[in-house]
Amino acid sequence: METLTVPLLTEALQAVMDPEIPVLSVVDLGMITAIEILGDQVLVKMIPTFSACPAINVIRNNIRIELEKRFLVPVQVDIDPAVQWNSNRMSEAGREKLRRFRITPPEVMEGEWREEMLSGIACPFCQSHQTENRSLFGSTLCRALYYCKACGNLFEHFKPLE
Amino acid sequence: MLREALAELITKMADDELILGHRNSAWTGLGPILEEDIAFSSMAQDKIGHALALYTLLRELSGIKDMDHFAFGRQADQFKCCHLVEYPNGEYDFSLMRHFLFDAAETLRYESLEDSSFEPLRQLSRKFRGELKYHMLHGNTWVIQLGHGDEESHARMQGALDACFPLAFGIFEQGNREAFLIDQQVYPGERVLQERWLEKIYPVLVKASLNMPAPDLNPGTPGGRQGKHTVYFAPLLEEMSEVFRMDPETAW
Repeated sequence: METLTVPLLTEALQAVMDPEIPVLSVVDLGMITAIEILGDQVLVKMIPTFSACPAINVIRNNIRIELEKRFLVPVQVDIDPAVQWNSNRMSEAGREKLRRFRITPPEVMEGEWREEMLSGIACPFCQSHQTENRSLFGSTLCRALYYCKACGNLFEHFKPLE
Repeated sequence: MLREALAELITKMADDELILGHRNSAWTGLGPILEEDIAFSSMAQDKIGHALALYTLLRELSGIKDMDHFAFGRQADQFKCCHLVEYPNGEYDFSLMRHFLFDAAETLRYESLEDSSFEPLRQLSRKFRGELKYHMLHGNTWVIQLGHGDEESHARMQGALDACFPLAFGIFEQGNREAFLIDQQVYPGERVLQERWLEKIYPVLVKASLNMPAPDLNPGTPGGRQGKHTVYFAPLLEEMSEVFRMDPETAW
């Protein structure tokens, strides 16, 4: 049996994927706020991306199941009320995975969200910056709808959230 | 005393969000264009998520049984939503204008709660802030776009404003424990929020070439916040709670 360490548990969480964006793990998304080893038990604290995310309980359950399966110890997963998710929490690896999945990643924000951030997104198909925002909303809470004037593709953008 | 006061504030906020979320979700499949169908569906989902977060807070404060029972199992006079959110969707102009007016008030309310003496409300307000910015941008953009679109769009938006505006003052109806909440620095109070709201919406209405009706600075009879609702509320509640009431104890 593996010795429980936080780095090992974090690595194990790379196998728990977002059900709506299956290339991204809960670690890539920055949803994990704490991993605590208490004797032979594990406590994981997590936060939803958008507050109305309907997958939160599924993800929470998947975290518990994955860690219990791998490490054979009781695992408790709690929602952390003290930390609020923002899109800067997404890792660089996560951003790259999103691009390859053809969803453009959220811009890294310095300070507050501004309307100007909506423009100039590079098309994930042809890389042109001649893109326009079609809707602030998309197929899930985290996405907005874009159109590329250069290649004519519609694509989705993961919204920056402060 | 503080517990009851907080419960009063959180209940009315949560009920507004649940009922308006329920109303706006009815645009799913019926929006005038696809992007607006998606926009209203998405914002409605956010609203209901906010309501859930607030009811969860209420469970810790008041020991209510659980959130589903509280959301769907109460009698009509136990709901503290304002009249504005109860009205049927009407046509898109009414729903858009209601969304614009309500979300402006909601944004200001949460902004004020970022300095609340009650930590859980500070946390929730910080969380919702970024999401509400998208709601506000949507509302502002469409009100301006349609306000000076063509004759028809202008007339519809002005008519919608004339209809919604008096109802919107019900958002700021003061509760029984208002003075205590202000005194405890939970929030600045409805009077202050109302003033900020008028200042916030006015420039957008000007840009939209719309005339703001005379403000109702002293709204009279108590309404939603006292559990007195419009004729629209009972059928809304019946429909909203229908599935839950089929089997209130089942796990979803």
